Amino acid sequence: MATTVKNFGEEPNRIDRLGRTVVHEGELLRHSVYTRFLHWMYGIFFFLALMSGFGIYLPWIFRWFTPLLGGGPTTRILHPWFGLGFVIFFGLQVLNWRNLMRWTEADTRWMRNIKSYIRNEEAVEAPDVGFFNAGQKLQFWEIVGGCVAYVITGVIMWFPEIFGRIAVAISYVIHDISALIMLAGIFVHIYLSTIGEPHTFQSMTRGTVREDWAWTHHPAWFQRITGRDPRVALAERRKRLVARDE
Amino acid sequence: MSDRTTLQIVQISGHPGPVPGNGVQRQEQVCKLVDTTTCIGCKACEVACVEWNDLPFQRTTFDNTYQTMPETNWNYWNLIKFNEHEGEDGTLQWLMRKDQCMHCADPGCLRACPADGAIVQYSNGIVDFQQEHCIGCQYCVSGCPFNIPRFNSSTKKVYKCTLCSDRVSEGLEPACIKACPTGCLHFGTKDDMKMLANTRVTQLKEHYGMEKAGVYDPESVGGTHVLYVLHDATTPELYGGLPAVPRIPLSFTVWKSFFKPLGLAAAMLSFFGVLFHYIFEGPRRIQPELPVKLSEPPARGNQ
Repeated sequence: MATTVKNFGEEPNRIDRLGRTVVHEGELLRHSVYTRFLHWMYGIFFFLALMSGFGIYLPWIFRWFTPLLGGGPTTRILHPWFGLGFVIFFGLQVLNWRNLMRWTEADTRWMRNIKSYIRNEEAVEAPDVGFFNAGQKLQFWEIVGGCVAYVITGVIMWFPEIFGRIAVAISYVIHDISALIMLAGIFVHIYLSTIGEPHTFQSMTRGTVREDWAWTHHPAWFQRITGRDPRVALAERRKRLVARDE
Repeated sequence: MSDRTTLQIVQISGHPGPVPGNGVQRQEQVCKLVDTTTCIGCKACEVACVEWNDLPFQRTTFDNTYQTMPETNWNYWNLIKFNEHEGEDGTLQWLMRKDQCMHCADPGCLRACPADGAIVQYSNGIVDFQQEHCIGCQYCVSGCPFNIPRFNSSTKKVYKCTLCSDRVSEGLEPACIKACPTGCLHFGTKDDMKMLANTRVTQLKEHYGMEKAGVYDPESVGGTHVLYVLHDATTPELYGGLPAVPRIPLSFTVWKSFFKPLGLAAAMLSFFGVLFHYIFEGPRRIQPELPVKLSEPPARGNQ
């Protein structure tokens, strides 16, 4: 595996060597098995917590969620455990990604240009966009903050007899707001990782991405990992395609 | 069989749509009147409550007072609170107050409850817990300004005084009222009990010189279906923490009924945002894409 990693002498640690990732010709290793495992674990817990939570949040609309999870009382008992599962696995991902998610000046520039990103004005990302772009980092840190809010307010509501009624009354509003932000975020996340940016999804399943995906969406990462200039690589590929077409 | 049972429901917790029993029956508002000035602390009402409701006995905590236990419990819904109060003039007063669910006209427990049908309000004003629908979240505990709902950690359900809805629906008075030997407890329509209470207050003022005597019927929860006649209505806190202005937390009124659906709608904007992003802007495709040859204009299906 990981010819790309070998090129640069970054020896994968024990956790990154878990499992098997096959990198085919023209592909780059994007996410290790451990990263993917964590992602799907907290993905599952996220949706379980979301469903059980919304069954309690707005029973007028979502009361049909609770029978799917074993009825009202069971849903209530399970929800904190789902939440805990989400926070624990996401917490491990935070440790895993803490360096990749560090905010840089390139990210500030990206945020200033977010309008052109949304409106697809540039065919490829700016050359300084690394492993994650600023939008991904923003969502990541939002979830970190959300998890802190979840844990504090969640524990208060889990043990109301310790914290008292006013603490509960305040907590559940904060808990709700955090959930609503994450609900809004999950649509963007799913969209951009599937139909919004084609060929992204395989990075979380097989763990690899196509080279041309890398120079399109994460040029600086492409450069770091392959040593090739993303713009040159793109131009070469275009030339080849045009030649083949004619 | 007619579905017109004696007790019609007018409010249901966490319930979508209209309430079937609302306004279909002419019914009097019932009310308990507790005259604290004639309570002798005999606890007959406590015993009657435990007896009628077949509540299991439990070990109590002795805290150097005459009180049976420090607080009401899931299996002890009615408790006389004994409070010793020293007045400004050095006189000692032994204040006894029957503590139980107040059956608020605007019940904080019901507002807070997210489980469909776990808390209902009948047209006669009784607020009742339906344990089979309770999910054990204890939001009602947080919503109640009188600290009444009690959680049973083994059944994961919440319990409280029912105002003997089973007896009242059959035309009987609640068990505690029936047991009271001094006539300190009365039961009837809310209007009658208010009148009785006011008469008693006038009597206390005129005959006993209790200038501060008054009726406790807090407006902040829309009035209650349990009225107190207090020696000193200006400081109800003296009677074992009766709040002067009981309040339901704003999060269970403003947030729950207004901002919750609004917040969900706002979050769903994100869904429509990405949907229409795909329609209006389209996906960000991997580059390079093959340029379309100018000699062959793209086919247009609908022309």
